[in-house]
Amino acid sequence: MPERDPRTHPRRTAALWALPPVAALGLVFLYPLALVAVQSVTPENGGPASTAPYAAVLATASFRDALTTTVLLAAGATLGALLLGLALSLVIAFVPFPGGRALARFIDIFLAFPSFLITLALLFLYGTAGIANGLWTDVTGAAHGPLDFLHTPWGVLLAEVTYFTPFVMRPLLAAFSQVDTGQLEVAASLGARPWRIVRTVILPEALPSLAAGGALVLVLGLNEFGIVLFTGAKNVVTLPVLVYSKAILDGDYTGACVVAVVNIALSAALYALYRTVMSRTAAGIGASRTARPRTDPAHPDRATGGGSPTERPRKDTPTRTGAAHHARA
Amino acid sequence: MLVHSASARRALRAAFFLLFLPVFALPLLVIAAASFAGGWSGALPSHLTLTHYQDLARGSTVTALLTSVLTALAASAAALTAGTWAALAAQGLGRRARRLLDALFLLPVAVPSVVVGLSLLVAFSRPPFLLNGTPQIVIIAHTVLVTAFAYQSVTAALSRLDPAYEQSAAGLGARPAYVLWRVRMPLLLPSLTAAAGLCFALSMGELSATMMLYPPDWMPLPVQIFAATDRGALFTGAALAVALMATTLLVLAGVARIRTRAGYR
Repeated sequence: MPERDPRTHPRRTAALWALPPVAALGLVFLYPLALVAVQSVTPENGGPASTAPYAAVLATASFRDALTTTVLLAAGATLGALLLGLALSLVIAFVPFPGGRALARFIDIFLAFPSFLITLALLFLYGTAGIANGLWTDVTGAAHGPLDFLHTPWGVLLAEVTYFTPFVMRPLLAAFSQVDTGQLEVAASLGARPWRIVRTVILPEALPSLAAGGALVLVLGLNEFGIVLFTGAKNVVTLPVLVYSKAILDGDYTGACVVAVVNIALSAALYALYRTVMSRTAAGIGASRTARPRTDPAHPDRATGGGSPTERPRKDTPTRTGAAHHARA
Repeated sequence: MLVHSASARRALRAAFFLLFLPVFALPLLVIAAASFAGGWSGALPSHLTLTHYQDLARGSTVTALLTSVLTALAASAAALTAGTWAALAAQGLGRRARRLLDALFLLPVAVPSVVVGLSLLVAFSRPPFLLNGTPQIVIIAHTVLVTAFAYQSVTAALSRLDPAYEQSAAGLGARPAYVLWRVRMPLLLPSLTAAAGLCFALSMGELSATMMLYPPDWMPLPVQIFAATDRGALFTGAALAVALMATTLLVLAGVARIRTRAGYR
């Protein structure tokens, strides 16, 4: 499209204009990443490049444990966030109640807060001296409550599900707002049960958004650091935590770089998958239906999302997700 | 309306709130409540007190809050400049080059923040760039992490922009620079302020890369929250977290005001 229309600038000038930001990004992002890759193949005592650091790190039990923990936690958090997000979004969108819109707005605010606050809150809710255990001891008179799971992987999982669910709900709510209510009425008047309508009418429509949200949460889960750090659990070590402890606590930069490269490879592969799903989504929706532009009147520009930036007008709504966050945390 | 029976609807809503309240509403309320608590051994906090806030006013918190705000302001300004510039430049490029630019500018989202911190530490601790231990390295890290969001929102806004305005301006003889400053930028202003608010909020809460990089004399608020909770001072941590959330919300509300005023123009 834009390459077709007559531009006042010829293409070469445009490329020149793109140079300064790319150079800046190269200096503060690509060059450092390249140095990480170089450092990861440089043995501690100098010498020529070798794969010895990789062999050394990959052989350790701590690395393998961290890899397993990271993947399991990310997969678990994705599954949990998808289920919870789907259930909550279905109710907000299709069983409306007063205040539902305000709740959707509240979720936006929720996304503006850092992830570690969730862990902090869970300490007061389910910690050894928190509300839940306090209730238990008040009622039963026991010396201490039954809940003590925050320092285990389950505590991290609960915090991640809580924090990531809004990332699933945002694109889902956008997709649900595009579902033609007429179809639902027809299906219902023909005698379809609600669950069947959800399965056969709503879900196929929302599947791309669900997939996109799930892929995003998977990437975020692999990269999450703040939640695990705040839990203070010594036995829950994920790849980002391993990078931190190797570099800052042990001063082993080569080892940290090796783990970093593995972590990048894992998340970049998943992120590429996410982008592919997203562009499929945008293309599919553009082709199959004339999307009604349902921009939120109060926030016409709230394009927080991982929506493919190349998308054309009118396809904006269903592809918005809160890619926002990955970044923080 | 999906469920037509009133009782089923009521049951669904009850189930909804049973899930929603403990998972989303309670955490924020609990942090606010804890910041006023002297102790918390029963179901409810006990000994309501303002001590934690008084401690904040005396301690290094004001400095940390100022550090966070300054870092977030600098990082958002830099990210907005770079992101907007790149998004505008991308428009003039061919399809292939544009996809490459998209991939480049969105890549930081896929890289773990801790690794961004590590990479800056590795790169800027050696000549020719010695920035390790300076506030600048923290600001650079935050900029790298939030630029993708500025780029993304501006690109999305540009694709929604009606080309008729700039075309008619250009048709009436306006130079490209004039069209950019007097036509496109004003039209983009609402999205730019929205992006600025998002960048600010993300930078205020950034912990992972900061933990790798922060020098002792430039300690943002999230690091201090971690330090407090790590040594067991949970209530102080809660008060600090309230300060962080309040500042972020205050700035977001201010940005929203600018946005509505920009919308009226």
